[in-house]
Amino acid sequence: MNTTPKKAAVPAPRTLEEFMVQAYAMECEAVDRYTEFADAMEMHNNREVAAMFRTMAGYEGKHAEQIMAEMGWKAPPPLPPGGFHWGDFEAPETVPIESVHYLMQPWHALQLALAAEQRAEAFFKALAEAATDESVQRAARELQAEEAEHVELVKQWMAKVPAPEGNWEDDPDPPRYNE
Amino acid sequence: MNDVVTPVAVRTAADYKSAYKPIWCPGCGDFTVLSAITKALAALQLPPHEVAVVSGIGCSSRIPAYTTCYGFHGVHGRALAAATGLKVARPDLTVLVTGGDGDGYSIGGNHFMHACRRNVDLTYIVMDNHVYGMTKGQASPTTEPDWDNKLSPGGTGVRAFNPLVVALAAGANFVARGFSGDPNGTADLIAQGIRHPGFSFIEILSPCVTFRPEQRDWKQQVHPATVGPTDDAARAARRIMTDDGMNIGVLYAGERTPYPVSGRQATCDVATLEAEFEL
Repeated sequence: MNTTPKKAAVPAPRTLEEFMVQAYAMECEAVDRYTEFADAMEMHNNREVAAMFRTMAGYEGKHAEQIMAEMGWKAPPPLPPGGFHWGDFEAPETVPIESVHYLMQPWHALQLALAAEQRAEAFFKALAEAATDESVQRAARELQAEEAEHVELVKQWMAKVPAPEGNWEDDPDPPRYNE
Repeated sequence: MNDVVTPVAVRTAADYKSAYKPIWCPGCGDFTVLSAITKALAALQLPPHEVAVVSGIGCSSRIPAYTTCYGFHGVHGRALAAATGLKVARPDLTVLVTGGDGDGYSIGGNHFMHACRRNVDLTYIVMDNHVYGMTKGQASPTTEPDWDNKLSPGGTGVRAFNPLVVALAAGANFVARGFSGDPNGTADLIAQGIRHPGFSFIEILSPCVTFRPEQRDWKQQVHPATVGPTDDAARAARRIMTDDGMNIGVLYAGERTPYPVSGRQATCDVATLEAEFEL
């Protein structure tokens, strides 16, 4: 599973509003991806992992709602034309589509979530350092701290989940020919 | 004068997704292409009932069922023929055509060339994974000649088809390359393709994680096109033939007049036409 992100400089938002719209968009993209994964796993009868991805989508959705409440937005904010610069193809909290496998186990899902939260933490840290507006710096540090908490929570969760055995990918009835 | 403005509901990408869940392999690039299509339609705020998605056969050809737009899941390789007929009969519709490299370049190769030549206002989105995935991993027209697998030991040895150059030579009016791992960029390409008059061809590199797991590395290989689009087909063709096949963006935006579909009168009514085919 390849989760290596590309790195590129991300321009810092100039205003708090701009920053929070970006943070909101990041959470929404994470919701969409986890939902896609949950749907895909349900279709492949991997229900345990599907439920886990559905739970993660729920968490990210709550984070998006929190941002809306904090900002007093009554409706989702419009995104800027052309979207955002994330420093990669997708937002840092979005797990790359190609990272999943139909036989993956909860441990793998948590590993992907952990990497996503770590990327989000690093993203907000970089923005806090690059921002020139004080309110943006403060908000970025707050969100960085929140993401750091999420990293710890996922680590705690992982400690309760058994690591997969080496042959977890083995399928007695594979969809492809064995070479 | 009544100056009360009735608020218009803004459509989001979710409004274009149907309740059917895709059955693609987890990790398939087609998930994000579907997402990009719905984002593009939301960006353009096109009413779903004014959009038709037409496809042939293959994994990616399942897309019409996963949208709330009108859909036509036709026979193998014939999506462009059906879509051309639809657009000519209903020029008011925005017609998208979706499919894979086998459906579009092999079984439907002849339709592909002539759809480019006719320049009917269609947007053709090809999810290219260089393999027939649905039928378990045979080499397709875009498969590398040295791709070694059980079904083609040592590789086919056959030169890979270059769909972008063929599209240019045949007369496509808009040519772009996207990457499924870049869903927002791909959504932008699709929106541009829909807006551009005439036949728009968007080739999207969409990894097959089941039969071509090495394509996960495409994420490290793709890069934005270093130069902007040109309206000079010869220059675009030269660039495409000499690039590494991994640059993404709009590569050609031409100015050919699209095939005229509006203002034409039917020469007979449907009942008369049906009577001619009565057995």
